[in-house]
Amino acid sequence: MLNNITMGQYYPVDSKVHRLDPRIKLILTIVFIVAVFMAKTFAGYALILAFIWMVSRVANVPFRMLLRGLKPLRLIILLTFLLNLFFTPGETVWVQFWIVRITKEGFLQAAFYSLRLAFLVLGTSLLTLTTSPVALSDGIELLLTPLKKIHFPAHELAMMMTIALRFIPTLLEETDKIMKAQMARGADFESGNLISRAKAMVPLLVPLFVSAFRRAGDLAMAMESRCYHGGEGRTRLRVLKITRNDWIACGVMALLLALIILEGIFL
Amino acid sequence: MHSDTRVQLNEVTYAYEEQASPALSGVSAVIEPGEFVAVLGHNGSGKSTMAKLLNALYIPTEGNVIVCGYNTREEKYVWEIRRRAGMIFQNPDNQIVATVVKEDVAFGLENLGVPTEEMLPRIESALAAVRMSKYADSAPHMLSGGQKQRVAVAGILAMEPSLIIADEATAMLDPSGRKEVFDTIRSLNRQKGITVVWITHFMEEAALADRVLVVTDGKISLSGTPAEVFDHVDEMREIHLDVPHMTSLAGELRAEGMPLRPGILTVDELVEEVKRLCPLKSAT
Amino acid sequence: MPIEVRHLTHCYSEGSVLRTVALDDVSFTINDGEFVGIIGHTGSGKSTLVQHLNGLLKPSSGQVLVDGEDLNGEHVNRRALRQRIGLVFQYPEYQLFEESVEKDIAFGPKNQGLSPDEIAERVRYAMDCVHLDYDKYAKRSPFELSGGQMRRVAIAGVVAMKPSILILDEPTAGLDPRGRDKILNMLSELHAREKVTTLMVSHSMDDMARLAGRLLVMSEGKVVADGTPREIFAQEEMMTSIGLDIPDAARLCARLRAAGYDLPADLFRPEELKEHLLRLWKEGSAC
Repeated sequence: MLNNITMGQYYPVDSKVHRLDPRIKLILTIVFIVAVFMAKTFAGYALILAFIWMVSRVANVPFRMLLRGLKPLRLIILLTFLLNLFFTPGETVWVQFWIVRITKEGFLQAAFYSLRLAFLVLGTSLLTLTTSPVALSDGIELLLTPLKKIHFPAHELAMMMTIALRFIPTLLEETDKIMKAQMARGADFESGNLISRAKAMVPLLVPLFVSAFRRAGDLAMAMESRCYHGGEGRTRLRVLKITRNDWIACGVMALLLALIILEGIFL
Repeated sequence: MHSDTRVQLNEVTYAYEEQASPALSGVSAVIEPGEFVAVLGHNGSGKSTMAKLLNALYIPTEGNVIVCGYNTREEKYVWEIRRRAGMIFQNPDNQIVATVVKEDVAFGLENLGVPTEEMLPRIESALAAVRMSKYADSAPHMLSGGQKQRVAVAGILAMEPSLIIADEATAMLDPSGRKEVFDTIRSLNRQKGITVVWITHFMEEAALADRVLVVTDGKISLSGTPAEVFDHVDEMREIHLDVPHMTSLAGELRAEGMPLRPGILTVDELVEEVKRLCPLKSAT
Repeated sequence: MPIEVRHLTHCYSEGSVLRTVALDDVSFTINDGEFVGIIGHTGSGKSTLVQHLNGLLKPSSGQVLVDGEDLNGEHVNRRALRQRIGLVFQYPEYQLFEESVEKDIAFGPKNQGLSPDEIAERVRYAMDCVHLDYDKYAKRSPFELSGGQMRRVAIAGVVAMKPSILILDEPTAGLDPRGRDKILNMLSELHAREKVTTLMVSHSMDDMARLAGRLLVMSEGKVVADGTPREIFAQEEMMTSIGLDIPDAARLCARLRAAGYDLPADLFRPEELKEHLLRLWKEGSAC
């Protein structure tokens, strides 16, 4: 089980969307987020939902997989809904008892904002479901490369991300081992209040940190031994190419954005 | 091509900053092209320090290390040296940088600025040489220790080295992993003529080398073929090193007067000697 | 405090396509005071078995009985039971975390709820058992010590809990010959002195030949042999068939016997062979 954890939830099937250039996907995700914020009516939201549904179809990603991405945020979405439901001033009162007051405006606003949150999550889920962590970090590195001119460490950032991804499963395994070893000495990670549980983490975190530092030192030596000397003069095994499908995807997104803008003007 | 692939240590001394006495003092040795040299020593003897001096990770405090014609003191040749002298380390995990085996083997090539078109063939042949081709797209954490080490070797091989330095590469592996990795390196030495410096404390590995250097307290105390070195049973014991069981048994038998030949390392060799000295009265 | 394992089976990923049987109907009993070695190839189930003996894993079926009580039973105080079984994992030095050697060793006794005096006494006792001088090392940070010393601190951390059974998973892994000797001598002495039932999982035939009074040989989740080292090492064919080796001396004995020499079938210690070989030589030259 531990072995299958990668960052996010990459869904490894083949599709046109999976094969898009990650840089394009990153940029389009940002545009999508802008579109979500720009939509002003439920009609706009209907467009956005249709767009999400369509992309998931082309990506061969089952819609329920997509919806799973909402699970960790369901409390926040619920909270958003309830807060807006009860505390939005409005005129058409639907329910009133004691201090509780639910208005039509409140309900609509609650629905609107919760949906917005949901769409943001769904949009980014689409990105992580169709783009492997390796491709993502490649995309980020290449997008940030122009910033090297202002001394932004794009390459170093990408290297850090790759190494972090590489070591996540290894560190998880090590955490498991350390936990078992400390449990064998009577450590209790489960019971007690917040403070005692935080204290109980020390025998877990200290060894992990110590080991992480040691790994870092070893890895640095190994990297230098293989002639690593920073980003200068490095070539790449994986080369990203922008294809016709990428332009089509941009076109579709531009269309969505245009429709949203129009919706904002006319509705 | 591999023009001059000798490795020379000339009166090398290396002292760590925090320590009083140097890790290595006045060490001299020559490693000829194509040799498989084992460096034996207990922890703290200086053997790992020696390994890191060979690929310019450390620069000698005194003396010189010449690798493939380049002096490690000359900073501008550091990358040349490291390309030719590849090193694999003890911890199989802490050498692998990428999330996919193929990518990790490419790491060295990317660092060297090898053009993208050339990379894949080199990666494929490196993986084939260590028999890990079918794992090219695997994630490293799913591999065994021995497999991870072989990936590390492939990463070095792709850079086309003349020399491979293995710093206790099998210390953290189980017996089958150890055999896998040792056999891989040995066949690279025999078939491709890559010089190997094999740092270890496992006598059964040292017994298969062309030459053994024993490092004690920062100096080379013994040097010679495995048979020659291991026959110094008492000396080896004194510096807390293992000697093959058969060698020490042969030594004890010799001490009791039995005229066994020197340099016995394996069970089969001892069996032959026993047959020679105690001929069976063939009854029928 | 005997441990009895009854028909223990453990499957990983039960109910899925990836189901693997790590332990297959394993049964044996460990008696008080024994020094038992568990040998087997990687993947034979040794590590899984060891985690069952301490209750870290639950069996898919079968039972583990400690002193007659089912470790996974309904009304069992697992934590208390677990503390009677000391488990030292592989590379235990990776679990050290305290500021001083003393404090780290005290972690176990503290979790057992002992008084400060008792804890201090246990720390001294444990350090003595692992041959670490109290005055020299107690206040030092464990991270300043050498690998072998750190390992001994980790072992002391378990010994300090005064378990009735001590289980060690590859205690000599990654150590050089000197470090290995130190650990093995320490374990042998501890066993002799305190009569702690000891289980050692190892790949090293030499280590087993030195210390174990009884060997459990595992292969593919089953116990395929259970006997004294002498009995086990005499079965070269069986051992090689499951991918294990026998000590060089045992192999020498087997080869010489195959060549026709008159030797007992079950020699495995170099000293024994020495005597017999000298005998053979002297008999030969007497002709």
